[in-house]
Amino acid sequence: MAETHSLQDMRQQAAITAKVFIQRDYSSGTMCQFQTKFPSELENRIDKQQFEETVRALNNMYAEAEKLGSQSYIEGCLACLTAYTVFLCMETHYEKVLKKIAKYIQEQNDKIYAPRGLLLTDPIERGLRVVEITIFEDRSLTR
Amino acid sequence: MSAVMITRKVRKWEKLPGKNTFCCDGRVMMARQKGVFYLTLFLITGTCALFFAFECPYLAVHLCPAIPVFAVLLFLFVMAMLLRTSFSDPGVLPRALPEEATFIEMEIEAANGNVPAGQRPPPRIRNVQINNQIVKLKYCYTCKIFRPPRASHCSICDNCVDRFDHHCPWVGNCVGKRNYRYFYLFTLSLSLLTIYIFTFDIVHVVMRSMNGGFLNTLKETPGTVLEVLVCFFTLWSVVGLTGFHTYLISLNQTTNEDIKGSWSGKNRGQNPYSHKNIIKNCCEVLCGPTYPSVLDRRGLLQEDTLISSSNPVPQTTKTTAPLIPNEHTPDDAKPSIAASAEKSPSPKEEHPAATKVPPLASPETDAETSIAKERAH
Repeated sequence: MAETHSLQDMRQQAAITAKVFIQRDYSSGTMCQFQTKFPSELENRIDKQQFEETVRALNNMYAEAEKLGSQSYIEGCLACLTAYTVFLCMETHYEKVLKKIAKYIQEQNDKIYAPRGLLLTDPIERGLRVVEITIFEDRSLTR
Repeated sequence: MSAVMITRKVRKWEKLPGKNTFCCDGRVMMARQKGVFYLTLFLITGTCALFFAFECPYLAVHLCPAIPVFAVLLFLFVMAMLLRTSFSDPGVLPRALPEEATFIEMEIEAANGNVPAGQRPPPRIRNVQINNQIVKLKYCYTCKIFRPPRASHCSICDNCVDRFDHHCPWVGNCVGKRNYRYFYLFTLSLSLLTIYIFTFDIVHVVMRSMNGGFLNTLKETPGTVLEVLVCFFTLWSVVGLTGFHTYLISLNQTTNEDIKGSWSGKNRGQNPYSHKNIIKNCCEVLCGPTYPSVLDRRGLLQEDTLISSSNPVPQTTKTTAPLIPNEHTPDDAKPSIAASAEKSPSPKEEHPAATKVPPLASPETDAETSIAKERAH
């Protein structure tokens, strides 16, 4: 938790230089996927490899959430039979994966992005349209 | 002259742009015009009430007691589906925040290059390739986003809706990605209910007429006439609608696409979203994953109201919230748009028991709030 406090302090002092928005990748349909193309603004801040890994991990998790498999069919049929009242007591598969994604982004921010003066915003807060990356002013931050 | 800044927490739904009405503190979301929805409710409950009052006692005794039981179950299912369709978020896409809007504008300008003065700039369209098919994404000037494929802007609700089907006045809401299956189940179950009531009305009239005569029967159960009338007209429209939507589901198309003729005529058989298999298409639409709402209607926002001692009336309402300027935003609220808001990260909706407490703010939101406070002072 001491680590989180120091991140807070850092962000309070740092000013926002720019924001980059990673757009959606629609090449495989309407499924939620983000482009893995490395934006030029991040060139001197983070590894291309690291960035692509993060986006790919996010894409895999969203694919898992939206997968059309036996689990989603069983969930759908069961819910229909109970007139969807079952969702009053049960969390949907998608919501469970979204929680996982939120945790993952928090983890990535703490370990990789914050030390480099960057901040990932969970796409759900932007309507699953973009992954917003805030670039903070590069003062003497610990690398 | 001292001024006092009063900060109060408001729910996000109170600050959402668009022409929706919200009830139950953001749990219910509907369109503005609800008159036809009340008519739908009245017709369904009224007809069923007449059925339970006039037909059911006779049929339960003379035919089978399971008849009213099944009617009750069917009626409850119809109402559940109707309310679920009407009250849920159809899949509204939130508008772009100012920074995102500026970013997209810069991208568009870069793509268009220098347009000589006097010439109209080219239309804002992005081409994407989906399953070897070029799909054009249009730019929405109201929401300041490039609409995802299959999304469309509803002018009645003033929102972009994902997988937009149509705006249905009968349910008082748009039909989109999140509530299409409830809408379909509503039309299907309503068709079954109408056929059920119609059939048993006829059976009841025939059975009673055999004993007492046709005119006597009508005198004893005047409700039957009304029911038959309502059912007769409902049958043609609702059964037809169910058939139409069954056809659309089997092809994985939306009403919007069908009306525009996107995948018909010379484009027939090129729908990139279809799995080319009727069963798979039906499974995806009806039994696919339940998408969460991305609107976060019940999240909390900080709203600052400035009250000066010389003028007790609140002068400015600066919401330190991402508020998109549109024609309804007062000019003095626009500078506050630059500030970011404190918000609860995860979206929660349609849990009337509210068993989940809004989560604690993450370090990110704490930092942004303090930046906002620094700017405000």
